[in-house]
Parts: sequence; structure tokens; C-alpha cells
Amino acid sequence: MNSEAVEQDGAAGIAADIRGFVRANMTALTTAELRDEDNIFEKGFVTSIFAMQLLVFIESTFDVTVPDDHITLRNFSSVELMTGMVAKLKAATG
Amino acid sequence: MSARRPAEVLDWARAFAEEELAPSAGEFDRTGQLPGSVIRQLADAGVLGAVVPPRWGGAGMDALDYGELTEVVGKACSSTRALLTVHTSLVCETLVERASDRIKDKYLPDLASGRRIGCFALSEADAGSDAASVTTSYTRQRDGFVLNGRKKWISFAGIADLFLVFATDNGVLSAFLVDRDTPGVRTAPMTGFLGNRATHIAEVVLTDVAVPEENLVGRIGAGFGFIANTALFHGRYSIAWAGVAIAQAALEEMCTYATRREQFGVQIGAHQLVQKMVADAVTNVDAARELCRQAGRARAERSVEAVMRTNIAKYFSSTIAQQVTSDAVQVLGGNGCWDQYPAERLFREAKILEIIEGTSQLQQVMIADHGYKTFARKS
Repeated sequence: MNSEAVEQDGAAGIAADIRGFVRANMTALTTAELRDEDNIFEKGFVTSIFAMQLLVFIESTFDVTVPDDHITLRNFSSVELMTGMVAKLKAATG
Repeated sequence: MSARRPAEVLDWARAFAEEELAPSAGEFDRTGQLPGSVIRQLADAGVLGAVVPPRWGGAGMDALDYGELTEVVGKACSSTRALLTVHTSLVCETLVERASDRIKDKYLPDLASGRRIGCFALSEADAGSDAASVTTSYTRQRDGFVLNGRKKWISFAGIADLFLVFATDNGVLSAFLVDRDTPGVRTAPMTGFLGNRATHIAEVVLTDVAVPEENLVGRIGAGFGFIANTALFHGRYSIAWAGVAIAQAALEEMCTYATRREQFGVQIGAHQLVQKMVADAVTNVDAARELCRQAGRARAERSVEAVMRTNIAKYFSSTIAQQVTSDAVQVLGGNGCWDQYPAERLFREAKILEIIEGTSQLQQVMIADHGYKTFARKS
């Protein structure tokens, strides 16, 4: 695989992990489907209390430290945005 | 002074709680004052900075030991325990996790040593369980922010040096550290409470209070999702142990009285209906303590389960604290209703725990949702 393919594969894996974690923690009685671009707070899939758990999950699962200036509700508001953030942090740490 | 080791802090607290706090808790409750000398001694012994890492002068205590410390102090005096909940859990632990290094270096050494006392200013007249609906506002100015608003029911605001304030800018909630000495900060004592009477509860009035940029905790907009929730996560753990503490104290009152008091020619503890209350109390206190330990272990492992474990522990221990203290009053009868015995104070203090740091009803909603996700069969 070329480096771009490896990168894509890595991002897909990150997205799958994050998607799985969000799905497992979505409000149980929701019937809506989660899409990667959905704002999980605005759609009511989770409450903002879950943001803190997302932060812990991301740091422990992907072995990254989310810097202070990344800790905003927006960065944790969709699978897509979280995946991008994690990929960027992992790339920065090599 | 240099930081104490966790075991030293715990040993000191056990002796201080038994010899100094427990005999005075009734007086603190009656006078509505936690004396400065008590706070000074707790600070000097490293209790107030128990969980702060040694880098900033704290004892670096882990979650399980901190839980035990909370029980030891809370069993002797709820108002003193509330100082740990507010200063140590809600403020110090939150800053350790979420504040910039600049804020940590600036404030944590003084908070850990107790040279300064912190308080948590979230609640307002119309923002209780719906904490995100605060109306205290901030606006940007050239080199910082200007805060305006009024906070209510803020424990230790009457004596605190530092306020962790939550404010909104058109729905964007952010957190700020505000020094008491800042022009425009005023506190107004509040009295007449059911419990926590010696916690110097006050309103905090902020009028055109200028806060420097560096005192923003986290980023703009991180106020509720990350800062308040982190604080309440820690506060809830503290309240879970507070429930164990009060229930244990009530259990000891109940058992002591039941083995001494005689009616119908026998100790009242010989009556089976009294034994039922004692048996339930023993069982519930044990169960609550184990749920708290379970939450403590999840926290120590930084497990994502820690939030729900803490919610369950807080819900259960505050519920059983209410039951056990009510039964203690019942066993003590007339003396249970009299302020010359601790039972009536414990009964009042226990009720508070079902309300603060997330009401029992909010915990039930979250726990039920956890139940559906965990236990509903998927087919």
C-alpha cells in the first residue's frame, strides 16, 4: 500500500472506533441512524455530558493527548470532526 | 510547607475528625460558621490539597484514598466535608484536569496549600438542574472579558478567595477564574437552609467584572461540556462518599442507642422491628461504600465507565443516606428529633445530597438510559 492508502486505512479505523463508541452510548430510545457528519449533540443522540467521556475515550484509545486549544464542543460534535482531529494529532506525534 | 504523603493526610484526618470535628459539628451547624481555625488546620495538614499532584504542592492522593478521606471527614461534619467537595473536588480537581499550565502554576499552589479557598459558581435563580441555561454574561474586551450577573446558593462564596464562574455569551458557555478582590465582585450571605448550614453559602454578584484573558478556563465554549461536567463528575464522586459518611454516622447513632435504651423492660434493639431498620442500614451502608469504591477504581483507571459508576454510586448512597438517617431518627424517637443528639442534623444533611451535584431524578434518567443500552436484548 502507498502512504496515502495507509493513511486512509488509518482514518477509516479511527472513524470506525469512534462511530462504535458513539453508537454504544447514544440515547437508548433513539431510532435515528448515526451518520459521520451528524452533529451528535444537536441531533440529541447524546447530551453534552458525553463530551467529557468522548475526550477520555479518544485519549485512551488512540494514545493521544488532546491539547487544550482542541477541547471545544465543536471538535467533538461529529464522528467526522473527531476522526479528523485524531488523525491530525497522531500525524503530529509521528 | 512541603506536601504531605497521602497516608499522612489520611491518618491526620482520622484523628482530627474524631477529636475535633465530630464534637463541634453541632455547634458549627447552630452558628452557621465553619471557623477559620478549622479551615487553617485542614489546609496545613494537606487535606484541602489532597488530590492535587505534588508538582503544585498537593498530596497526589488517588481516588480511593480520597473517597476514604471524604468519608472520614463527612462522618464527623457535613459542612467540613462540603469544603472538600467544593474546594478540592469541584475546583482543584477541575483545574488540574482542564486548566492551562499557566492557570495551574498561578493558582494551584495557593489552592493546594489552602492559602486561598476556591468555590464553584454555576447555579443561578433560574439555572439549577438545567445548568446550561445560566444568564450571567461575558463579553470580550481588548485584553480579556467583562462579566455581569448573579450566582445563587454558592457554598463557601462567603469566604472564598477565588470563584470558578460560568457565564454565557449568546449561548456559548465559558468558565472563568475570578479573584474576590476584583472590582465589581460582591457576595451576599444566604441563610435559613435545611443543611450545609456552616458552608458560608452566599450569592455572588458580578457587576462589570474585568477578567484577564489568561483566567479563561479551557477554551471559549468549553464551559459546560468540558469544564462544568468535569467539575460535576468530581463533585458527584465526593457526594457519593458523603452519603456513605452520613449513613455510617447515623448507623452508629442508631446501634448505640438501640443497645442502651430500654422500653418494655428490654433494650429497644431486642425488638424485631428495630432490628429490621438496623439490618437494612448495615446492608445499605456496606453496599453504598462498595459502589463508591467501584466508582473509585474506574476513576483511577480513567475508564469511560467511571461517569456511570459515579452516577450510580451517588444516586444509591444519597438515597440510602436519607433512609438510614430517617430510621436513625425513628430509633432515637424523641431524642432523634432533638438537636442535642446528632440524628436530626444527619437527617437534614442527608436530604441535601439527593439534590446537589445532580438530583436523584436526573441520575435516574441517566441510569435508566444506561440500563436500556446495557440490558435490553438485541434481536
